[in-house]
Amino acid sequence: MAIIMYWEALQRAHDEELARDPLVIVMGEDVGVAGGTYKATKGLYDKYGPERIMDTPISENGFTGLGIGASFIGVRPIIELMSVNFAWLAMDQIFNSAAKVRYMSGGQLTAPVVIRSPGGTAHQLGAQHSARMEKVFMGVVGLRVVTPSNARQAYGLLKSAVRCDDPVFIYEHELMYNMKGEVPDGEYFHPLEGSEVARAGRDITLFGYNISVHWCLQAAEFLATHHGIDCEVIDLFSLSPLDRAGIKASVSKTHRALIAEEAEAAVGVGSEVMAIINEECFFELDAAPVRVSAKNVPIPYNHTLEKAAVPSSKDVVHAVLKMFGKS
Amino acid sequence: MKPADKKRVLREMLFARRFEERCYEAYVERKIGGFLHLYPGQEACAQGVMEAARPGHDYVITGYRDHIHAIKCGADPKAVMAELYGKETGSSKGRGGSMHIFDVAHHMMGGYALVGGPFPLAAGIAKGLKMKGSDAISICFLGDAANNQGTFHETMNMAKLWNLPVLFVCENNLYGIGTRIDRSTAVIEQYKRVSGYGIPATQVDGQDVEIVYDAAKIAVDHVRSGKGPYFLELMTYRYRGHSMSDSNAYRAKDEERMWSKRDPIIILRDRLIEAGILSLEVYKSMDTEILDQIENQIIKFAEESPEPVVTELEKYVLAENDPYVRADMTPNLNRGAR
Repeated sequence: MAIIMYWEALQRAHDEELARDPLVIVMGEDVGVAGGTYKATKGLYDKYGPERIMDTPISENGFTGLGIGASFIGVRPIIELMSVNFAWLAMDQIFNSAAKVRYMSGGQLTAPVVIRSPGGTAHQLGAQHSARMEKVFMGVVGLRVVTPSNARQAYGLLKSAVRCDDPVFIYEHELMYNMKGEVPDGEYFHPLEGSEVARAGRDITLFGYNISVHWCLQAAEFLATHHGIDCEVIDLFSLSPLDRAGIKASVSKTHRALIAEEAEAAVGVGSEVMAIINEECFFELDAAPVRVSAKNVPIPYNHTLEKAAVPSSKDVVHAVLKMFGKS
Repeated sequence: MKPADKKRVLREMLFARRFEERCYEAYVERKIGGFLHLYPGQEACAQGVMEAARPGHDYVITGYRDHIHAIKCGADPKAVMAELYGKETGSSKGRGGSMHIFDVAHHMMGGYALVGGPFPLAAGIAKGLKMKGSDAISICFLGDAANNQGTFHETMNMAKLWNLPVLFVCENNLYGIGTRIDRSTAVIEQYKRVSGYGIPATQVDGQDVEIVYDAAKIAVDHVRSGKGPYFLELMTYRYRGHSMSDSNAYRAKDEERMWSKRDPIIILRDRLIEAGILSLEVYKSMDTEILDQIENQIIKFAEESPEPVVTELEKYVLAENDPYVRADMTPNLNRGAR
């Protein structure tokens, strides 16, 4: 089992799928000659050429729609949207074409595209480069949304997304591309649905996804060491559909739930997980579930303000202590 | 166009007219719901282009005024009408409706309701055809108003940049919903707008099917021979409003009268009568046959077909039993690796 970086895991998945199937292509801004903004497509242009590793014009709705159209006749495009903030421009094609075409054609046409895009608050990039948009995508019927929290998931989810017949949106994070992790040496497909127990525990379930899984894991270590609270951490790598059974199983065991999300609270992953808890296991609860979310502001440029706008592992710790009456 | 084909072409255009007129009646009778965009007046556009193309082999995509384009590709008119009736036997099993007619077996890749939405999809189909080394081409039929969307400009650029085998057919009927073209568009002649992208473009009379055919032949040959995209503008007019919910109050009666004298069916009919290929009697019996076919086969089929069942409401949202979805099904060569 090799330890590689998140971007290397993505690059390996791209490379393997391109080598296997001549109808797999990669499209996006700077994915070719420049090797990808976050290196996820490094070296692929030289290996597979411009017909398959396509540097696109800065026309997000246009090239996303072009990839979707190609997928109608069997091409398997992996589309990189350089930043999730730019994905707003491609929403017409993602939502109106890719997500609906199977249904409105009565099952005749499918759009097996993969759309990868990083979001999240990174390094003082300002309001128009720091959006967290997973909440928007996960509300769209006909689209799968997954979000890898580590290199293994990044590799395995991309592999599965390319092969799956549904359109899949992969939500990545600008701060995670250099994160190291173990990836199986052999070919590995991560299922596109479900959740993972990132840390088993008895006292409370901390739900995270993408970067917030790491806040939860850090908080769990701290709470175990300093306060004797044994946290379970559930990694919601699939945001659409959410793993109802996994959420129910964990909360039924721990009887407490906290959801950590980098996005603003409204209409988000946290509110959806809370709704599922209400529907599936309300009477298992010993305390009202809690959300740890971003403040309700566009992300500011100033470093101190930026840090204050989004949560961290400390916020998770404080929220848990409050739930246990310890703060 | 070969003389032998002209009578068939006339019959097919007359069929298209009568089919759409019958849709109008069915809408008034509330047998058809939703939005309904009809094609009368524009018949020579789809007809002429598809005469020059290879229906069922070339790939067609269009907007919401799509019934006739689907039928031109080879879709069964019974399935199209059943779709308008919302029936399980419809071309999209009653899930699509008038604006979303698909027949993938005949390479009708669908009608789409977002104005300008099909532009990049058409270019993407062309990209796929190029990758596969196919001799089929992609044909995108859209109205003039679609050219004011960003997708038009984004797609023209990419289609030429990558020299994709796609034919853009602009059916310029002079109105974007209820707004006349000179009130919405700075450059009225649409073919001029693509010159900035280096794409060859022509404008011809869209009411004369022989003129459309001749121009489309050049366009189709250009695209099929690997020379890249082509843009064909057809000047036409729709007799009815944008959709059934349109009172059509924004158009001058004089203008409507003028265009009614340029009816594509009458133009060809009179030409064939003058050439001695057709008589008025034969034309009238052709019409009677068509009306009979529509009533006793097509409408009858739609009326008598079953409704979709509610238990299948959620079918077709996502792929069924996709092996890459669930942990117990994912074909891992390295299962259990964590």
